Amino acid sequence: MAQHLSGFGLGMRRPHYRSYIDGTAPVDFIEVISENFMIPGGKPLDTLLKARENYPLALHGVSLSIGSADGLREDYLKELRHLVDIMEPAVVSDHLCWTRIDGFNSHDLLPLPYTEEALGVVCDNIGRAQAALGQRMLFENPSSYILFPGAMTEWEFLGEMTRRTGCGLLLDVNNIHVSAVNHGFAAADYLAGIPMDAVGQIHLAGHVQGEHLLIDTHDQPVPPEVWALYRAAMALAGPVPTMIERDDNIPELEELCEELDVARGISAEAAGERIAA
Amino acid sequence: MTLLAMQRSFRDWLVTGEDAAAEALGGSHGTAVYQNNYRTALVSSLAETFRRLALWLGEAAFETAAARYIDARPPSSWTLDAYGEHFSAFVDGLYADDPEVAELASIDWTIGQVFVGPDAEALRPEALAVADWETAVIRAVPSLLVMPIGTNADAIWRALATGETPPFPEPAKQGTALLIWRQGLEPVFRRAEAHECDVLNWSAAGEGFAAVCERLAASLGDEAAVTTAGTLLGRWLSEEMIAAVG
Repeated sequence: MAQHLSGFGLGMRRPHYRSYIDGTAPVDFIEVISENFMIPGGKPLDTLLKARENYPLALHGVSLSIGSADGLREDYLKELRHLVDIMEPAVVSDHLCWTRIDGFNSHDLLPLPYTEEALGVVCDNIGRAQAALGQRMLFENPSSYILFPGAMTEWEFLGEMTRRTGCGLLLDVNNIHVSAVNHGFAAADYLAGIPMDAVGQIHLAGHVQGEHLLIDTHDQPVPPEVWALYRAAMALAGPVPTMIERDDNIPELEELCEELDVARGISAEAAGERIAA
Repeated sequence: MTLLAMQRSFRDWLVTGEDAAAEALGGSHGTAVYQNNYRTALVSSLAETFRRLALWLGEAAFETAAARYIDARPPSSWTLDAYGEHFSAFVDGLYADDPEVAELASIDWTIGQVFVGPDAEALRPEALAVADWETAVIRAVPSLLVMPIGTNADAIWRALATGETPPFPEPAKQGTALLIWRQGLEPVFRRAEAHECDVLNWSAAGEGFAAVCERLAASLGDEAAVTTAGTLLGRWLSEEMIAAVG
């Protein structure tokens, strides 16, 4: 039976597999990239099954392509459903983006225009995905480097998407900051516009300054401006399972756990402030 | 522009890198970020999958081959791990005079496939005691793959994997093949012995052990055929290559 996600977790990355198999990593849950485990068998699945015994699991996909104008891939949904049935995750998520069109797969999280047409496509695809998986999904707000002309802001789009489909949100606080800087909107407006009751999980990560834009690299510690935004989000959202998503330049597990302690502290302070208010 | 038209323009930009395609998306600095992300992810994936080939070719030559492959074969699978499926054949075309290059790529690729192949319990030797050898068919573990080779790419691969100085490339004896499979969770490979591929192929086609021995006897004689088949079976059992006999 699927477990419940709560507390503070980490993305399970290869250098730390042993600690998750042993159950010694001091985290409340783990998250993995779904596609890395949509395989016939072998060591990766064996590792995840063992880690799954010790920690509630979140499956986080990168290739569902919920924004594809030509729909979803049946074989992908079938493979993902198979993994869900084996692992019984607490959460299944992907991104508000598109990765594939006409049999071409970019392997990148590409931006959508926030138009009524795109909203219709996304909502149809979410309905199909949730039906295929037999459960509600969470969708993560993307970081982006292009802003298409559209009738809605990203937060308005997300709000309408959750209202129409019943899906939840995976709020990536770093992505809000990156997109806010790149496109010149106020992160506070974004947070104020998000339906916080739909937020089922939070991601924290780092980024780098590119030549012209902030680049969402997930290979750096969480920077102060993202911690500040996390504090603001927690003040609005209440307790939401939070994790650090480090994809590259992976440090020792202890270093990530120290970062996670910062998140624990901020979350506790925000809870105190909510009670006081 | 419709969503479908925008997504096709975006695909064209990623695949071609042509300015006109970028302009259809607004031509901002952001388009370059996506172009860089696209190519970087594909090169990294190939470098991860073909680690020993990359060592053999050197970083610059490998990245050139990867760049040409990316231009020739835009990705279609939903998993990056599948992107290198045709890379061995592609480098075979680039390095036609150096056949060990494509074979190194094939070993890298096949070991990766075996690593995540279907699970199966290896048969314990004591299970043979109840086998009916008149009808018994040997079933190899599902991860087993037979790979013909024409060079000493296997020796080169092993040296590269362990940080030793690789041998110079040289041709292998005609009919040489590698057996690649998984012992538990770890992929392993070795060269096939004489008659080993024949026995495996006949067994995979559903021929019983008695029939396999008869076919071997046609070339080896009765006594040597039984000895050879028995020796191979013993070796396979000890190497966790057999899933069932029955």
